[in-house]
Amino acid sequence: MINIQNLHKKFGKNQVLSGVDLSIEDGGIFAVLGPNGSGKTTLIKSILGMVIPNKGNISVLDANIRNSWRYRQEIDYLPQIANFPGNLKVKELIRMIKDLRQKPSDEEKLIEVFTLEPFLDKKLSTLSGGTKQKVNIVLTFMFDSPLMILDEPTTGLDPLSLIRLKELIKEEKQKGKTILITSHIMQFVEEMADEIVYLLEGKIYFRGSMKDLKTKTGQADFEHAIAAISTQTADA
Amino acid sequence: MLKILKYSFYDLIRSRWSYVYFLFYLALGFVLLFLNNDLSKAVITLMNVIIVLVPLIGTIFGVMYFYNSKEFTELLLAQPLKRSSIFLGQYFGVAGSLTLSLVLGLGIPFVLYGLFRSEAIWDFTLLLVTGAFLTFIFTALAFNIALSNENKIKGFGYAVLLWLFLAVIYDGLFLLSLIVFEEYPLDSFSLAATMFNPIDLSRTLILLKLDISALLGYTGAIFKQFFGTNLGLMVSVGVLLLWTLLPIWRLSFKSKRKDF
Repeated sequence: MINIQNLHKKFGKNQVLSGVDLSIEDGGIFAVLGPNGSGKTTLIKSILGMVIPNKGNISVLDANIRNSWRYRQEIDYLPQIANFPGNLKVKELIRMIKDLRQKPSDEEKLIEVFTLEPFLDKKLSTLSGGTKQKVNIVLTFMFDSPLMILDEPTTGLDPLSLIRLKELIKEEKQKGKTILITSHIMQFVEEMADEIVYLLEGKIYFRGSMKDLKTKTGQADFEHAIAAISTQTADA
Repeated sequence: MLKILKYSFYDLIRSRWSYVYFLFYLALGFVLLFLNNDLSKAVITLMNVIIVLVPLIGTIFGVMYFYNSKEFTELLLAQPLKRSSIFLGQYFGVAGSLTLSLVLGLGIPFVLYGLFRSEAIWDFTLLLVTGAFLTFIFTALAFNIALSNENKIKGFGYAVLLWLFLAVIYDGLFLLSLIVFEEYPLDSFSLAATMFNPIDLSRTLILLKLDISALLGYTGAIFKQFFGTNLGLMVSVGVLLLWTLLPIWRLSFKSKRKDF
């Protein structure tokens, strides 16, 4: 599904990614974890072609993504901070994205799931953070693409919506999709992810299942295992 | 690209600033016709306003729109769209809506006054075409500045400086150099100097068409002498076209290499 070789990215003097090699197979939920500033978002944005790497190759669905844009038709992306044009109404935004992607979409069901009907005629600038995130989720999940990339999907959601989101993600996984998630909420990751990719200082420090991680760090609890992996390296 | 253009265009058409800009030209047109009572004279006065004001509005609007639509741009970048079409679509949306405000705002009063039955119709059309050129040129320059400067204040500053330089300072320097080097033949120098400033070029273009030698000034006279009226018109339109295309090309080139 995704194949990354020797990816380097520098912003000014700040080396964010230094030689990431990663291959992600078809199907399953992959959690990209790492401390703040470890390059998770940069990695994701490189896959999306929003950040242009200094060095290295990325291929999505067996095609190199350099100078290409059509492959994004096969990706549903949930951005980290839902920044939408404020003068648009929710309804207009949904219509616009549908018009731009020209793909069959299923937004009615999602609007119902997240009880967004009362907000459809409101401007995006008047919505609360959580509601914006729900709109964000609707925009991402309404298309049926083989690859989903979710950057901090739980931000600002109330408990009920969080449960609904988890159900949605599991449904998508059942359909055999590949889902990439970043999150700092460890319970969420533990519940959802099949595999962990741990980024540290611009490199992949650990890649494997939850069980491998626990054995490696000698911790019984996932949250502590992640904490341990960060401190181990800090000591080293 | 057309879809992005459509959304940017509608977005701007609905915004308050487009109306303000449109109403300003509408008022200006009516007031000038009321005061001058003569279409040709109104065209000359209008030229002096347009040549300074249109670049200023194009610059400020371009920079403002670019920075304000950052979210919109980021949303679009994750969609299956070509980068150059995102930026070019936005650019043509801005430049197009500004041009529309200009053409409608000035066109309505002049048409009501009886433009179609007047001799001045070609002069007036040329004025609007030049105004459109200046809008496209300065919006493109502003987009380039905004694309290259992450910092809004800096970008805004550079854009206003650019306008100030081309609209005011350039002429000052030009005149100064004419005085300092008056002993030398300055024909080709002033010809080139005019070409390098789209505002001067537009002024020369309109004055050539209006055929008012008294207002042509030194550069205009040389222009006329060198090219003759018709060739002069064509050369200046050609150079204005270059002034439009080069920044657009850079915009599309630079946008492909930027990180978001």
